[in-house]
Amino acid sequence: MTSTHYLVLSAALFMIGVFGVVTRRNIVIIFMSIELMLNAVNINLIAFSLQWGNSLGQVFTIFVIAVAAAEAAVGLGIILALYRNKETINIDEMNVMKW
Amino acid sequence: MISPSFNAIVPMLCATAGALVVMLAESWRARGERMPLGVLGGIALSAAGIALALLWDQQASSFGVIVADNFGIFVSLVVVVAGLVSIAFSSQVLDRDGIPRGEYYALLLFAIVGMMMMATANDLLVVFIGLEVMSVAVYVLTGIRRDDPRGVEGAFKYFLLGAFASAFLLYGVAFTFGLTGTTRLDGIGQFLAARSMSSSPMVLLAMGLLLVGFAFKISAVPFHMWTPDAYEGAPAVVTGFMSTGVKAAAFAAFTRVFLSAFEPFSADWAPLVWYLAIATMVLGTVVGVAQHNLKRMLAYSSIAHGGYLLVGLVAANQVGKEAILFYLAAYAVTNLAAFGAIALLGTADRANDTLQDYRGLWQSRPMVAGVLTVALLSLGGLPPTAGFIGKWYIFSAAVSAGYYGLAIAGVLTSVISVFFYLRVVVMMYMTEPAGTIAPPVVSRAALATLAVTAAIILYLGVLPTALLDLAAASIDTIF
Repeated sequence: MTSTHYLVLSAALFMIGVFGVVTRRNIVIIFMSIELMLNAVNINLIAFSLQWGNSLGQVFTIFVIAVAAAEAAVGLGIILALYRNKETINIDEMNVMKW
Repeated sequence: MISPSFNAIVPMLCATAGALVVMLAESWRARGERMPLGVLGGIALSAAGIALALLWDQQASSFGVIVADNFGIFVSLVVVVAGLVSIAFSSQVLDRDGIPRGEYYALLLFAIVGMMMMATANDLLVVFIGLEVMSVAVYVLTGIRRDDPRGVEGAFKYFLLGAFASAFLLYGVAFTFGLTGTTRLDGIGQFLAARSMSSSPMVLLAMGLLLVGFAFKISAVPFHMWTPDAYEGAPAVVTGFMSTGVKAAAFAAFTRVFLSAFEPFSADWAPLVWYLAIATMVLGTVVGVAQHNLKRMLAYSSIAHGGYLLVGLVAANQVGKEAILFYLAAYAVTNLAAFGAIALLGTADRANDTLQDYRGLWQSRPMVAGVLTVALLSLGGLPPTAGFIGKWYIFSAAVSAGYYGLAIAGVLTSVISVFFYLRVVVMMYMTEPAGTIAPPVVSRAALATLAVTAAIILYLGVLPTALLDLAAASIDTIF
């Protein structure tokens, strides 16, 4: 296992995340796809940390995990408020405002 | 005595302390008790502003990752002023719309902490943390009226695209770290300058991902989709704050990353930013013409103004860098005045933000109409206002750097944009009031703040040298 393996894994996960955000219509699944993208970045950071032999990337990863948790808390709150207003979590129906 | 290495973070500590005190005060508040939370926030921000003024020319640096150089201080001061003006408008609006005061002020202060962190960050990790501290607070502020479908939908779109963009930015940071082994901006710059690797796809990938992340935050076309919805859905005071503060902070970090760390590769990123600038100016202006909601129109105007700022970044010469800072300050004051006026004209049951609501405003509310006129003329770039001087410097920077196409596109879009700004002015002065809506009550403090912002717009339009000198002194220390 070289760091290239990890980089390929991370790129694949990131792309799956992007694909999920673009194609899925369910808000919660879109949100999970974004979390997948963040975790792909974490793998990337740790792989580079291994390659350079310094711990900066691992420290960065811990910060990213903390920030992702804060973002998840706020994001789920917003999704809940949205559901109370609209009774749906289909992104195609988020169309009160257009153009 | 505190160690001098803490100096550079004192302004952020002031604002953080203010936010924490507001949160504690709110949680210990008896039911129905009123607390002067806005005043508390104002004091914390004033303290931060004084600390920033004292740090001027000091080149203070904390732990190597926060650098309070003049550039960072200039942008931080713009952000602090945006916060102070927003707080001055807020008191009346919060009571009217039933927005929870404690949460509002605490989030506002936390957002300002994040913005100051972005403006002074010298490390990509700190840029990211500042960006998230700011963004998470602003997502909530956007949707702070939880029962308003437009507000929540705007917050949701902002959150989803913001988080998506953060992931791209972060991926770019990861590749930059992988390339250089460091996340310090100066370290990255030295590493890249020492090796000639301009053809390396990894550098281009890292730069491209960072560019996408920042372009989302400054709402450059084609990454602007969230802007009109978030700006329209948010309460007008919040829109005023985020259209100025978020843009200033994101632009500061964008400028610092690309003009210090990635300066050796400007030949690679400048053409991309060139296209972004043209697309942003044209789309913001053309779609803005078709809008009937004033907040949405100003959202597109804000997109177009982001394009003018990008012109300064492409030019990247001495005049261009000065112009970016001057333009950020001028644009901030102008937009705060415009959105402040819109916020104050709303009533509890109606936002009063469509074009028709401004019929004959001159007769019912002459003072607000006057300030809004000054702000709109400044946004359109007409003399003698701050917006005119800002645009003048931006376009002269583009011309002196040889980007004639950008300058021509900028002037043409400015001319088109004057149409939709003047349409509001015509509505206010030359039509009869509709007469169905009772004119809203506007408090004296808010009116005084409006007058001050209008005075600053005119002052900067007539005597811009003081601020231009400050802008020049700000960029002397870096780049």
